[in-house]
Amino acid sequence: MSRTLTYRAALREGLDEELARDPNVVLMGEEVAQYNGAYKVTEGLWKKWGSKRVFDTPISEAGFIGMGIGASMLGVRPVMELMFWSFHSVAFDQLVNNAACVRYMSGGLCHCPIVVRGPANGGTGVGATHSHIPEALFAAFPGLKVCAPATPADAKGLIKAAIRDNDPVYVMENTLLYGNSGEVPDLEAGDHIVPLGMADIKRQGTDVSLIAHGRSVIQCLAAAEILQTEHGIHCEVLDLRSIRPLDQDAILNTVRKTHRVVLVDESKPFGGVSAMVGMLIQEHAFDALDAPIKRVCSIDAPAIYSPHIEHEQLPNPKRIVAKVLTLA
Amino acid sequence: MSSVPPPALDFATSAINQSLSNSQKIGLFTLMVRIRRFEQAALKYYNAGKMGGFLHLYIGQEAVAVGTISLAGPDDHFITAYRDHGHALAVGMGMNECMAEMFGKQSGCSKGKGGSMHFFAPDKNFWGGHGIVAGQTPLGLGLAFGLKYLEREGCCLCYLGDGAVNQGTFHESLNLSGLFEIPVVFVIENNGYSMGTSQERSSAYSGCLAQRAEAYGIEWDVIDGSDVYEVRAKTHIAMERARKQHKPTLLEIDTYRYYGHSVADANAKKYRTPEEIENYKQNHDPITLLRRRLITDGLLTDASADAIHLAAAEEAAVAVKFADEAPIPTLADISTDIYWESDHQTPASKIGRHFFND
Repeated sequence: MSRTLTYRAALREGLDEELARDPNVVLMGEEVAQYNGAYKVTEGLWKKWGSKRVFDTPISEAGFIGMGIGASMLGVRPVMELMFWSFHSVAFDQLVNNAACVRYMSGGLCHCPIVVRGPANGGTGVGATHSHIPEALFAAFPGLKVCAPATPADAKGLIKAAIRDNDPVYVMENTLLYGNSGEVPDLEAGDHIVPLGMADIKRQGTDVSLIAHGRSVIQCLAAAEILQTEHGIHCEVLDLRSIRPLDQDAILNTVRKTHRVVLVDESKPFGGVSAMVGMLIQEHAFDALDAPIKRVCSIDAPAIYSPHIEHEQLPNPKRIVAKVLTLA
Repeated sequence: MSSVPPPALDFATSAINQSLSNSQKIGLFTLMVRIRRFEQAALKYYNAGKMGGFLHLYIGQEAVAVGTISLAGPDDHFITAYRDHGHALAVGMGMNECMAEMFGKQSGCSKGKGGSMHFFAPDKNFWGGHGIVAGQTPLGLGLAFGLKYLEREGCCLCYLGDGAVNQGTFHESLNLSGLFEIPVVFVIENNGYSMGTSQERSSAYSGCLAQRAEAYGIEWDVIDGSDVYEVRAKTHIAMERARKQHKPTLLEIDTYRYYGHSVADANAKKYRTPEEIENYKQNHDPITLLRRRLITDGLLTDASADAIHLAAAEEAAVAVKFADEAPIPTLADISTDIYWESDHQTPASKIGRHFFND
């Protein structure tokens, strides 16, 4: 049984449940408490849990993320919001040198069970500095885990898995998905956890595999509908959900089923998630391919501001349909 | 050579130092000597090609780590930058595991994965050993935040060099410590040089570096790092403020390093005069000063002090032998200690691909 929740409310429910489960879970970030969250993901949690468990930080990303990393080494389980993942750059030393490497450099003596979460997307008319999509960037660092939910159910399940994980997990959300609604399992069904490293087929198909994560999954589903009704092409849509760990088996299985692949990725083409996935496919499923692997990424430029054209820079159903038709 | 007047105050008479037994006073001396002998051995074998990377020696600064860490209660914690050997020995890490780490051996404290700059011993409340200048300051803040959050009475001593005070993260950490009332003591070990650039050429300041704390409403103090008794007396106050009042402090401990920023610092003798170094050795060396004091007080003789040096040198020689003979890491070792879940073979570690080798 299930009910309908927004992506935002599903995330909030996951955070609320984990605050209830483990007294060492704390939420911190800019405007997460008294302001109820810049995007209202944490709305009501400060009022419910109080200032010890949910608190506002100054605009000081390197400071408060480093603080959370230090606290996690002692047993606190900080969940830290970046108002935009784009602000990672001012905290990069903490996110990479400290969170990713402290376990290794200590020979396994330390660990760092933190979650850093927030939106990582373009498409909102805020220009290049606020539109970075860094999942491939962070997935490139051994020691880090990265996921990017596309649906409300996955958002709840992945945030809960991330909080319970004993390694640093960076959860990349999307401001354009926060208001989307979807089915989320009922509370009576027990803890709803989506394990890291497990992809999900969001639409079955036989002709072409569309492999994506985050909002690109939603764009793929729209494209798949157009391709079926207007062109008679049946696309399978595989939602990676988790970038690292990565569900390689699911990727190879869909490729072996359809023999044609279009990777859809809001990252830029150079070194994006799709670059890695494409490499794995050619390495492990070369003989299953009937056509070259194709990609739809964000157009390779800093994010443009203009609302008139920004959506064309990002993967969208029109671009995906056009790319699939090149394989036909 | 100019003689320097003795300290105006005798901190040996402060309560925290009067509480020391004779053997504890000799213990402070012994630990400082052990650090120096360890570092001298490290230098010798670094130059002999037994180690890779950098070697940042603590020689000259021993009273800082020994004095401050001698005040540790059961839930006081420590974190420092890359010049970390003194702190490591002061918290009770063994010479063997530390030397083996620098030799890149499996028996090293970080299994040969961290090196000279990255010693850790969480079981002794020592959290590194961090390579990026000031990168450890928010971690120290976070350890202290954790103590307060978990309702444990203790504090975190977070060490940094004078070269770290101009990094943004340090100022962010100061602000957060004052704002959230975090039981942290930031300790600037001011050896006068950020690598090869003197304090005067690197920092804009009024009076002293620690005075910057006033901008954040934080208590501060300046300490003569050549006098282990002064280090203890003043640091004790800061630690009590943290433990009992959850108030941070910024301490500046004036000290000196005999050697360069690292052993690879080819200009170490160019940006400082020979007279400056010689003056420090004669008049400010913390080991020399404490030795004189303990002999004057009748706790040591020249012979017993020399015996402590000899024993420390022998201990360091044993550590070198241990490190030299220890096994090297295997290829398989490269791929462990990355994810907690993978190291513990948990169900989560079995889902999805975590590593991407072939």
